[in-house]
Amino acid sequence: MNAAITVNALRKTYGRLTAVDGVGFEVRSGEIFGMVGPNGAGKTTTIECLEGMRSPDSGDIRILGLDPRRDGYELRQRIGVQLQQSSLPDDLKVWEALDLFASYYRKPAPWAPLIGELGIADKREARFAKLSGGQKQRLFIALALVNDPELVFLDELTTGLDPHARRAMWNLVRAVRERGKTVFLTTHYMEEAEQLCDRVLIIDQGRIVALDTPEKLVRGLQAETRIIFTAEPGYDPAPLRAVAGVTRVDTAGGKVTVSGGGDRLVILVVNALDAQGARFRDLRTEQPSLDDVFMAMTRDEMEPAGSRGAAGPAGGAR
Amino acid sequence: MKALLKLFWVEFKLYLRQPQAAFFALLFPLLLLIMFGSIYGNTPSPFFGGRGMVDVSTPAYIAIIMGSTGFLSISIIVSAYRERGILRRFRATPLRPAAIIGAQVGVNFVMTLAGTLILVAGARLIYDMRFGGAVGAVLLGFTLSTLSFFAVGFVVASVSRTARVAQMLGMLLYFPNIFLSGATVPKEIFPPAMRSISRVLPMTHVVNLMQGLWIGEPWSKHAVEVAVLAGLLVVGAIVSAKTFRWE
Repeated sequence: MNAAITVNALRKTYGRLTAVDGVGFEVRSGEIFGMVGPNGAGKTTTIECLEGMRSPDSGDIRILGLDPRRDGYELRQRIGVQLQQSSLPDDLKVWEALDLFASYYRKPAPWAPLIGELGIADKREARFAKLSGGQKQRLFIALALVNDPELVFLDELTTGLDPHARRAMWNLVRAVRERGKTVFLTTHYMEEAEQLCDRVLIIDQGRIVALDTPEKLVRGLQAETRIIFTAEPGYDPAPLRAVAGVTRVDTAGGKVTVSGGGDRLVILVVNALDAQGARFRDLRTEQPSLDDVFMAMTRDEMEPAGSRGAAGPAGGAR
Repeated sequence: MKALLKLFWVEFKLYLRQPQAAFFALLFPLLLLIMFGSIYGNTPSPFFGGRGMVDVSTPAYIAIIMGSTGFLSISIIVSAYRERGILRRFRATPLRPAAIIGAQVGVNFVMTLAGTLILVAGARLIYDMRFGGAVGAVLLGFTLSTLSFFAVGFVVASVSRTARVAQMLGMLLYFPNIFLSGATVPKEIFPPAMRSISRVLPMTHVVNLMQGLWIGEPWSKHAVEVAVLAGLLVVGAIVSAKTFRWE
């Protein structure tokens, strides 16, 4: 399968700050590729270098076989871009924006079905300033798709959207891929990356810390399953420590948290509870998710940079 | 080309949706003329070289229109587009920078011309304004003057970090120019000190050129004005091209 995006040793510095530090990866044609990372990790700088909006200090970028710096015009004909920060004139109407942007391209797509899918068809005559945040966001998505692009860049596409609109957006992104397009997106929501992306790149402090399918990233974390329940007063959790697979038992108030691994962990713990004759309620299990991967692999923004421990891709669980 | 025409049309509609810009370009000069005209009339007077107040004010007020579109509209719109990320959004498309500049120049030129036609029609219908020049020469002088002011507007947009700064700088150009150039108040009544200030203002040269062409004076009599305005146009265009920023 050919690559829609190839990046090699990409570097970009702003003064003394190194925003992107030797990033290299490949995005396959037809995949939904996600980039996640804490604020200031280098996501936007990377995506803007790919879009040709910013010139890297060094490194090699090929987008649809083109160099964004040399073949910028040709590239912009073939890609769609949704920027994190942008705007339109206040008095511009929705249909005028679409009509205008469509005129920039050699092969525009009909935009009427697009705003139908995005649920803003009834806003055709509305002026940009009168749109809600979510409606503006959807208009920008429509503008990113107005040239029927081969590759779409979506920078934080669902930030500021309510859960309904977010799910509608996910469906739209999937529909874009169904039509054979490639999607490159960034997001702050791990659930979004997990649900939507074929592969996820985690970037931190300008470097790639992980790149794989969401499933493999979660599995690679080797994080433990947690079983949490509320026990009656006086319950002694000590016997649970002997159950196969259990690594830790913590109690806080009436709440017991059993951590461990193994396919049969939940059954064994519940059986042990039953054998003890213990009465419990509100039992639930927590599976590791991409969120845990993210937390383990990236620096905590609230901590000063560089204080992160040796939480490499393999030794994530603490 | 299709994109440029579409952008021009959209910008044209946007211009008319902003009442204040449209007012200053299209109606304000005519209101000014009616205000002074109702006081002084248009009777020929030796003070105006045998012409009436409206006869000399009409070409001078055209310079006010150019000031409002060039110093204010262009600089504020372009800097607001940059500040708000609209230029950034345009940059992510195949739209060429020349189309953005071309659309602004086109729309503001059309508005300047429309304001001028409204003014001239009013002067003619209400005060029977006298015109002794050649239409072609006046249009040529008009185009040179307008474009040189637009170049200044693009420079203001380039050096202004925000639309607010552009508006302030635009006003700092607009008001001294319209009051001290003879555009609103005839230079004939200026004391000598004010006349020397007047000479350094670009609008003074526009007023002199337009008033001269209006009564049919030859270009040779206005070589200084043409040189100043052409210089302003060339320098302004170069400086604004060099300092243009998308964000």
